[in-house]
Amino acid sequence: MAVINILQAINASLKEEMQKDDRIVVLGEDVGRLGGVFRVTDGLLKEFGENRVIDTPLSETGIIGISIGMAIYGLIPIAEIQFQDFIFTAFEEIVNHLAKMRYRSGGQFTAHVVIRTPYGGGVKGGHYHSQSGEAYFAHTAGLKVVIPSTPYDAKGLLKAAIRDQDPVIFMEPKKIYRAIKEEVPDDDYIVPLGKSRIVKEGYDVSIYSYGAMVHVALEAAELASREGYNVEIIDLRTLIPLDIQTIINSVKKTGRAIILHEAPKTLGFGAEISALISEKAIEYLKAPIIRVTGFDTPFPYTLENLYMPNAQRVLKAIKHVMSY
Amino acid sequence: MVLRVMSISGIDIDRAIKTFQILKPDGTYDQELEPKLTSNELKHLYKTMLTVRILDKKMLILQRQGRIGFYITSEGEEAAYVGSAYALGPDDWIFPAYREPGAALIRGATLKELIAQVYGNAADVNKGRQMPNHWGFKRINYVTPGSPVGTQIPMATGFAIAAKLRNDKRVVLTYFGDGASSTSEFHTGMNFAGVFKAPVVFLCRNNQYAISLPVSRQTASITIAIKAIAYGFQGIRIDGNDILASYAITKEAIEKARKGEGPTLIEAVTYRLGAHSTSDDPTKYRTHEEVETMRRYDPLKRFRIYLESKGIWSEDDENETAKKIEDEINIIINEMEQTPPPDPRTLFEDVYAEMPWNLKEQMELLLDELKEKEKEIQEVK
Repeated sequence: MAVINILQAINASLKEEMQKDDRIVVLGEDVGRLGGVFRVTDGLLKEFGENRVIDTPLSETGIIGISIGMAIYGLIPIAEIQFQDFIFTAFEEIVNHLAKMRYRSGGQFTAHVVIRTPYGGGVKGGHYHSQSGEAYFAHTAGLKVVIPSTPYDAKGLLKAAIRDQDPVIFMEPKKIYRAIKEEVPDDDYIVPLGKSRIVKEGYDVSIYSYGAMVHVALEAAELASREGYNVEIIDLRTLIPLDIQTIINSVKKTGRAIILHEAPKTLGFGAEISALISEKAIEYLKAPIIRVTGFDTPFPYTLENLYMPNAQRVLKAIKHVMSY
Repeated sequence: MVLRVMSISGIDIDRAIKTFQILKPDGTYDQELEPKLTSNELKHLYKTMLTVRILDKKMLILQRQGRIGFYITSEGEEAAYVGSAYALGPDDWIFPAYREPGAALIRGATLKELIAQVYGNAADVNKGRQMPNHWGFKRINYVTPGSPVGTQIPMATGFAIAAKLRNDKRVVLTYFGDGASSTSEFHTGMNFAGVFKAPVVFLCRNNQYAISLPVSRQTASITIAIKAIAYGFQGIRIDGNDILASYAITKEAIEKARKGEGPTLIEAVTYRLGAHSTSDDPTKYRTHEEVETMRRYDPLKRFRIYLESKGIWSEDDENETAKKIEDEINIIINEMEQTPPPDPRTLFEDVYAEMPWNLKEQMELLLDELKEKEKEIQEVK
């Protein structure tokens, strides 16, 4: 087993799946010769040739529309949207067509496309290179939304997404593309969609998170442990399908829930988790459910470190629910 | 200003500006350009046009009577889609819009399938999920469209690129109206097609109106066909009410695509004789005189004169065929009105390949609600 980062894990996942299944094509802006602006697709063009690794014209609408057509043909397109912030011109093709092809045709036509897209802040990217748009997609019937937080998961979840039959938005936390390293098996494995990960067991309070924020939760749990609090951390891994059982089991155990994400608070995915806990486990709650999130402002440039949730902010939430 | 006609890297600009025609409005035709179609083929094309004309009339009445919710007629545009669809090979694909029912019929859809979709009942293969006219049938390589205009254009190109990557000789034909030529999907679909030399034929039914707005509000371009030149391939303007031109030019474009010579944009200049849909009032934006003038160019009329001049169609054929089609439609309507709506469970199917827990929960909720309602009805009885 090699110690690799998330970028390398995604690259390995793409490479191994492409070796196994020649229906898979990778397409997007700069994915070929350059190997992607983050180098995620590095080396794929050389190995698989330009019929399978396709540098496209600069048009998100086009990349997704083309991918839908390819998928109807029977290929498995893996489209890269260079930054999730650029996805909005393709929003129409994603929410109205990609997500609905199976439904609107009565199951006659399907469009299994995997859209890979780096998202999130903390890289000095400013407004147009930092947003977290998961709620738009999680709110769209027909799409699956997958967000890894570790190299192991990145490889296994992407493989599961590629082998799934539904369209998947695969969001890559770019802040931790290179920062997180771990041993990842060289051989084949998948991390199934719809199963969250208990990052750390605890009994005082549950923190639900995903992506780069899982690591902020870990930092906060460490700080909290010095003050005598035992925190449980759940990495959701996939927002759709959502592993409701693990969420409920954890809150039944701890009686306290904090949701942590960097997307804005209002109508963010945290609101959904909060509502589900209220619907299904309110009798177990010992304190209000707290959301620690990005602010309801556009993503800033200079003050991004103030915008992004940090361990101190999470610790404050932990203390609040513990003293309630 | 006189436009200088010239050619750029094999693209004939003249063809993108002048309107190509074989069959004139008076039914006379250019013998040199006349496509080689047998009497049976010609009759088949005419019957299909007539079928759609009668279907439209019937559906419009049903909508006015409140028996169906909505309908979109295509009166006046039959030649543009029947002729072009007939030029495809059996394995080719269509990414349609919602105003080409005759293309589906040409590919082998049945009247019953078309009408079932309009009723959105248990017989509809699309399970009653979209408004009328959103026909899609995998059996005939006819992809279910959505309502937002032009969105099928990049999809068609994507399918064609995939076919090309796979060295598969299938060709894709996609339909859209003049309004769609304003969308970003049109631009990007055409651009990708040019860059990848995709085996796709774009057929724009320029029917002069996008709901209320005339084509002059869609583009300041001299023609729509000429837009293809900027994307690096041939645009051809044809008389869309001339079925022979529609067939011949689409066939040429398809053969070219099949040989690996890339896409073509065909602008079929036609006229939408009816309203945009049953929810539209065209008297607000165009005159009765205009519509009556355009009726002179009716594609059925001229094709009928042509067939009669060849001695393969007659008044009797017309009446007999029309009666047969009407009877068939009436029988189907009767059957469709007896057919129940889709099963409530289908509301939750096909959202994902496998139903997730939240949809199962919601389905149970609905089924319980329906059970309770059923119980109440029983108790009242």
